[in-house]
Amino acid sequence: MNERVLRIVLPVAVLALGVAVWDLVVRFAELPPYVLPSPGLVLGTLVSDWNLLFGSLGVTLLTTFEGFLLAAIGGVGLAVLFNQSRLIEYSLYPYAVILQVTPVVAIAPLLLIYLPQQAAVLACAWIVAFFPVLANTTLGLNSVDHNLSALFRLYGASRARVLMNLKLPAAMPHILGGLRIAGGLSLIGAVVAEIAAGSAGAGSGLAYRIAESGYRLNIPRMFAALLLLSLAGIAIFFVLSWINHLALRNWHESAVKQER
Amino acid sequence: MTIAGTSTAAPVVALRGVGKTFANGVTGIDNFDFSVREGEFVTLLGPSGCGKSTALRIIAGLSEASRGEVEWPAQSNKQAIGFVFQEPTLMPWASVTANVRLPLKLQGLSETQSSPRVAQALELVGLGAFAGAYPRELSGGMKMRASIARALVTEPKLLLMDEPFAALDEITRFKLNNDLLALWRNLGKTVIFVTHSVFESVYLSQRIVVMTSRPGRVSSEMTVDHSYPRDESFRTSAEYAGFCRKASAALGEATTAAGGGA
Repeated sequence: MNERVLRIVLPVAVLALGVAVWDLVVRFAELPPYVLPSPGLVLGTLVSDWNLLFGSLGVTLLTTFEGFLLAAIGGVGLAVLFNQSRLIEYSLYPYAVILQVTPVVAIAPLLLIYLPQQAAVLACAWIVAFFPVLANTTLGLNSVDHNLSALFRLYGASRARVLMNLKLPAAMPHILGGLRIAGGLSLIGAVVAEIAAGSAGAGSGLAYRIAESGYRLNIPRMFAALLLLSLAGIAIFFVLSWINHLALRNWHESAVKQER
Repeated sequence: MTIAGTSTAAPVVALRGVGKTFANGVTGIDNFDFSVREGEFVTLLGPSGCGKSTALRIIAGLSEASRGEVEWPAQSNKQAIGFVFQEPTLMPWASVTANVRLPLKLQGLSETQSSPRVAQALELVGLGAFAGAYPRELSGGMKMRASIARALVTEPKLLLMDEPFAALDEITRFKLNNDLLALWRNLGKTVIFVTHSVFESVYLSQRIVVMTSRPGRVSSEMTVDHSYPRDESFRTSAEYAGFCRKASAALGEATTAAGGGA
């Protein structure tokens, strides 16, 4: 079997095995659904509660997407600003780091006090996701080929030209790498904020459904919601990888197919 | 036939007592006196790290001299410089065409204005068929050709070349040597070529400026009094061997004079 087939078949086989073991354990130990629902029941719940869960998925994905977009704009924007002005970089960079290292779970309840709920959730998604974009873009903007910058200077290129035609394209692989991390993180940020908000008794996203189902001991629905969240994360990862591939396939080593 | 760069031609640029001390206290070049006349092909020959590149970057305005003067009798020449780096230094994300177009784009020319000149520069270096290729798809020699096309596209008077063929294999290097000489003769450029290869310097240039190292100074000068076109028969002639021996001796003298700092 060639490598490509193996890369698909093997993980699918592991999944099937895991689900089978799960099912057998539930059957033979006769576990009640509120302890551990069978895979079939989880799928059944996914279908029967589809309208509710799908609506919640939409809410969570929208927050994730908005958070991601703000993180992308904020991260790249700040990195460009830092790159253009050393004073701004020195003034603000430490606070970007502080924002990153403070656990978002701890910030979320505070944000929920001061901001309207939707804004607070969005802020959480942003806080978690923007730093990798900022850090990666900064690295990319600073690793421009010295001879290429000399060439731009030789032809009297303006700062804007250097930024648009040299620094940003050169940083593109780094930026896209940062965005790929940010995609997953903004989902995490959205979920954390929803859970925090959910315990305050409001919200309708998937994470809120999980919290709510937990209180009601509706374990099958918890699993179904978790499954959807996980699928959403996978989808985000693949979409961003695909964009990464489209943008870099012509020139960057990471995306260029090697002939062997 | 008159050979370009005779002593009657006007100097394009002259360095008078130029010195460069870097921030870390290292002196790259010192008391550097050098001039190049219009249409001339001059080589700066010296061991690695002797400040050849520093001199070239000062001429290009990429680096500032700490001491001395850089004189441009015609100010317009100062703006008309082409620079070829040791590496091809192409933008990997842009096609060959876009790379060669860059200098014109930075000068504010529109795509329609620059396209004929880009196509012409690519034809000059024999890359017409690879206009749409990306740098990674090209061989080392072809990348260097693209780099030369980019330097030529602004139609500069003065071409500065910083060990452009040092990383290429010998076959490619010989081929590019010949193509460069043909370009120089057809286009009437002034070329300052930097190399650490005695053989390359003799094959290409009319005049060789031998440099000492640390700090880089002019140690001696020699003319390679052989007409152009030069081809493989020159490369294998006793005359060529004689010039190489002379240049090697001058280089040896320059390195021992500076305390053998090679």
